[in-house]
Amino acid sequence: MRYNEKELQALSRQPAEMAAELGMRGPKKGSVVKRRLVKLVVNFLFYFRTDEAEPVGALLLEHCRITQEEPSGFSISFLEDPERKYHFECCSEEQCQEWMGALRRASYEFMRRSLIFYRNELQKMTGKDPLEQFGISGEARFQLSGLKA
Amino acid sequence: MKLNERSLAFYATCDTPADNEGFLYKKGGRHAAYHRRWFVLRGNMLFYFEDAASREPVGVIILEGCTVELVEAAEEFAFAVRFAGARARTYVLAAESQAAMEGWVKALSRASFDYLRLVVRELERQLRRLARGAGAAPALPPKENGCASGRSPRGRCPAGATPGSRPGPEPAAAAPRRASAPNGPLDSASFAQLHEWYGQEVRALRSQWLKSQAQPEGGGEA
Repeated sequence: MRYNEKELQALSRQPAEMAAELGMRGPKKGSVVKRRLVKLVVNFLFYFRTDEAEPVGALLLEHCRITQEEPSGFSISFLEDPERKYHFECCSEEQCQEWMGALRRASYEFMRRSLIFYRNELQKMTGKDPLEQFGISGEARFQLSGLKA
Repeated sequence: MKLNERSLAFYATCDTPADNEGFLYKKGGRHAAYHRRWFVLRGNMLFYFEDAASREPVGVIILEGCTVELVEAAEEFAFAVRFAGARARTYVLAAESQAAMEGWVKALSRASFDYLRLVVRELERQLRRLARGAGAAPALPPKENGCASGRSPRGRCPAGATPGSRPGPEPAAAAPRRASAPNGPLDSASFAQLHEWYGQEVRALRSQWLKSQAQPEGGGEA
């Protein structure tokens, strides 16, 4: 699949939601843990070799499942292949929880559902559609029916 | 750079309705011809396929940090997705009608994650302010959520609290003043339950306020 790699690289240099050096193990059988600089930017998780400026790779965080694996470790897997897991080792249980929380909230789809939810709550409380001020109240992607998908 | 392409393809072709889709002509390069492709916009990803029935995208344009503008081109209804930076690519696309072009320009210019996040934070702020104004502690869904998968929305709570290190709205209040506010259970509450809970809260507040407006000797439940 072609993609605009230059833009993805530029994105990896943007300010991150979370960034830390973690142990990372790929999904292939027999892969070993490697130290990686892991950086969360919008709905992408970039991972770098600790001394390099360009990422080794990126994971788009849509339709993914974040699972706690050990007290201080978690994995990311994707809906189309739940057994294929990317493992991450944190330095503490606290750091692990922090990352898991951030990653679960990191998807576009999660953000969309939050928007629909808040919109509905505000509409119930005020009788007004809060999206009108943004001029996006008509957009199909923000309708309540989107929640029942 | 490695990319989880299989997951991208899955996201591109999943059952939920796309944010926009249709045929567009895509210019191959600076002096290249236009190719007619089936475009699917999902979130901040613009996928393009050989045709509407293809299961595998030919490619994807990641829409962060781009601007969308009309362009002067030999092709009618043309517009461009432009990225900043040296040697950055500009994608020239052409729709098949004025209405389609306008629809695409609008959809693409608001497709970024950044934009969506801005709107969500603003709504969060408004909700928090309202909750405070009603005399209640900000009763927000907890920070955490179930898995961010796209299937059934049941049991999923759209916590919108601020992510880690970014500056932004203050974090959600630790413990609401009322004992009735669920904390743990809210984690797995369905939307129906959440709506019911908020509804109860509003009713309770209204009832309190009405009582406070009644005559002191009046008494009685509102």
